[in-house]
Amino acid sequence: MSNGLPDPRIPAGPLADAWRRTREELPLISPLRKGQMDVLVVGTGLAGASAAATLAQQGYRVTVLSFHDSPRRAHSVAAQGGINAARSVAVDGDSVSRLFTDTLKGGDFRAREAGCQRLAEISSGIIDQCVAQGVPFAREYGGSLATRSFGGALVSRTFYARGQTGQQLLYGAYQALMRQVELGRVQMLTRRDVLELITVDGVARGVVARHLLSGELEVHTARTVLLCTGGYSNVYFLSTNALKSNTSAIWRAHRKGALFANPCFTQIHPTCIPSGDVFQSKLTLMSESLRNDGRVWLPKNTGETRQPDAIPEEERDYFLERLYPTYGNMTPRDVASRRARELCNAGRGVGPGGRSVYLDLTDAIRAEGKDAIAARYGNLMTMYERISGDDPYRKPMRIYPAPHYTMGGLWVDYHLMSSIPGLFVLGEANYSEHGANRLGASALMQGLADGYFIAPSTVTAWLAGNPAQDVATDHPACREALESTRRRISQLINSEGKTPVDSFHRELGSVMIDRCGISRHADGLRVGLEQVKALEERFEAEVRVPGEASGPNAELEKALRVKDFFGLAQLMLRDALAREESCGAHFREEHQSDDGEARRDDVNFAHIAAWQHNTNGEPIRHSEPLQFTALQPSTRSYK
Amino acid sequence: MKLTLRIWRQSSADQPGSYQSHQLENVSPDLSLLEALDQLNEQLISSGERPVSFEHDCREGICGSCGFLVNGQAHGPRAATSVCQLYLREFNDGAVLTLDPWRAKAFPPIQDLMVDRSAFDRLIAAGGYCSTGTGQAPDGNALPVGREQATSAFSTATCIGCGACVASCRNASASLFVAAKLAHLGQLPQGQPERARRADTMQRQMEAEGFGSCSSNLECEAVCPQEISADWISWMHRESRS
Repeated sequence: MSNGLPDPRIPAGPLADAWRRTREELPLISPLRKGQMDVLVVGTGLAGASAAATLAQQGYRVTVLSFHDSPRRAHSVAAQGGINAARSVAVDGDSVSRLFTDTLKGGDFRAREAGCQRLAEISSGIIDQCVAQGVPFAREYGGSLATRSFGGALVSRTFYARGQTGQQLLYGAYQALMRQVELGRVQMLTRRDVLELITVDGVARGVVARHLLSGELEVHTARTVLLCTGGYSNVYFLSTNALKSNTSAIWRAHRKGALFANPCFTQIHPTCIPSGDVFQSKLTLMSESLRNDGRVWLPKNTGETRQPDAIPEEERDYFLERLYPTYGNMTPRDVASRRARELCNAGRGVGPGGRSVYLDLTDAIRAEGKDAIAARYGNLMTMYERISGDDPYRKPMRIYPAPHYTMGGLWVDYHLMSSIPGLFVLGEANYSEHGANRLGASALMQGLADGYFIAPSTVTAWLAGNPAQDVATDHPACREALESTRRRISQLINSEGKTPVDSFHRELGSVMIDRCGISRHADGLRVGLEQVKALEERFEAEVRVPGEASGPNAELEKALRVKDFFGLAQLMLRDALAREESCGAHFREEHQSDDGEARRDDVNFAHIAAWQHNTNGEPIRHSEPLQFTALQPSTRSYK
Repeated sequence: MKLTLRIWRQSSADQPGSYQSHQLENVSPDLSLLEALDQLNEQLISSGERPVSFEHDCREGICGSCGFLVNGQAHGPRAATSVCQLYLREFNDGAVLTLDPWRAKAFPPIQDLMVDRSAFDRLIAAGGYCSTGTGQAPDGNALPVGREQATSAFSTATCIGCGACVASCRNASASLFVAAKLAHLGQLPQGQPERARRADTMQRQMEAEGFGSCSSNLECEAVCPQEISADWISWMHRESRS
């Protein structure tokens, strides 16, 4: 361990092909021995379902835990626009090296280049895998795979299934998983909430889960544990995440010693349906792919009250096209979000409270007809109409940025293993590959690369090198984890307050969006930290969790989640405060150029921040320096 | 606006259930029905009563978690909409809404508006997949699929597994769910090798789970949030004969 960090195990030698070389050197295990080894997978999204199906296919005994009633409900199902892959078949000049470059540059040079390179190399195989499973990707008339373009890229490399790409990819992985269930190789346990990690001699060996219907606490042990539990942007209360998405499994692992990397890097997605009522429970994303055909604009004048169709062309400001002539409406998410917020703050926003901008498909509908647009984005248009009550074919949509994807997560090495030996972290739950800002259509790519292709090799290598005995469920480490979980639950159940959990969660979200949202500054972050601490104290004294620990209790589930969010929120604020630069989704107002663009500090911050939990004091910040050999950091410009 | 919610309350499968009425004052018409239930639950918690249990997660119509009957109609009065996308502006001020859980033998009750739909997972496990292992895939472009064929397969692959089709069928049949999966994979070249076997095993599993046979009243199609056509049920029957 150097710099307080384990070895990131980045392969030596040339970047291209490093993954193939690594894989060839990794030890293997005979299929017969695999049948005696059990693997625990938590989560059934793209990463979890693909990893579980593949590990079972290899011969391991796999147990899968999901808090849903069915693996098919995992939040990957909601991803809309597409999945990137460099297939170099079109004539627009795409290649593995261009996808690598776009990913590293898009992440503002805060990701490991070896990881980005591997992702670009694997990407094409993911598409083949999914096609073989029967994923109905969009096709050209002749039958070949169709693509479209996405923000942050100048080539068309995004494969898609209308606006339901995540759904179709997830169903592919889910079906592969259910096939393994039928073959008896996977034990699928649904409605389990993982609340604690079990370590034996410092090695991850199991979890404590609560059965969401009986309330019973269960111990599950295995040779290795894979956390594939998604992101944590529900810390903001209003986000694009499904309501049950949480941080509990990775937060408990963090408390057990797993380092948490770059927690402050939260992507604010520019195209969400804006919020209205205080009881609104979530924000709905409109795929970024709409920006292919949609033009973003605001009235030039402040306080504009006319309907959009009454505002003449010369009084409209197509501000992304004006400010970024090369990328225009396709500028990356962080840039588009910040510009929208600035203009709304300057009084030019439209809609209730002036908190939205127009996303206008009128020109595209005029040029290609309503049917062509409906074929491309049909379900998105319907979704918008349902939620807003307005017809997007007749009136420009109103959109506003909202917390979406969390680039931060548990620190992992090149093998996707956390700083706790034997604990692997996949997909959005880890911090890797997207740097400070994720490019559109890259999340699905990473989740499936991790699950189908990377973890099956590296998990095998770990198990080959670390023969271990089974851990009995009454091992002292299991009993201790069970007991501490029971204590946390009984504290919440016995709390004598009067205020429902959601009320605290809403307040936490409002602090986080104000202090640690689209832009941040030191004073605000310090104030935010004090506000969150005070709110957590109030939560403990005043929350009401009705009902019992046994039986279904949705309020208890929420209370456990929100309690973990308080800890995470503080870590996010600290991380944002410590990173004295602007990069990607992390925009520190103190660090900007004269024309308002983010100013990175590569001398002091070209590193991954990895936080260590400290039971007796403030968390400790470690840093993993980033090396750039194939592509030198440059100023990110989309002008 | 003002609403009366008449909700089926049942603490567990072995306890009898009954309707309970709750008033909501001053709710915004821009809220979804689920958000109105959230608001009601906050009131219930503050007054020391057990909140209403209902399934939900993504709240944007895609995860398939939510679903109950609103005034006897699965997912409520609006076509092509799951209940999380049903907004109060659809109703008149002062409306009375009766909310019931899905009722089907193969979907045992859990609590209030929640039922157990794990039978759907067992249907998929019975053959709703292509038997391909990771790493064995040929080039995706080596297997051309015409645009219309891909689009048609996609239109059946979009089933979100909510169970509305079962809940609105007088025989509580899962025919639309099974037909949609058979049609999704059966229309693609990748699904051909197992096509006949899949049709057989999935339909047998449907019977084993206690789903009824197709009642031909087409309610499944009428309530499907993804607008999957009941014509695929006829297609499924042809699959079985071939």
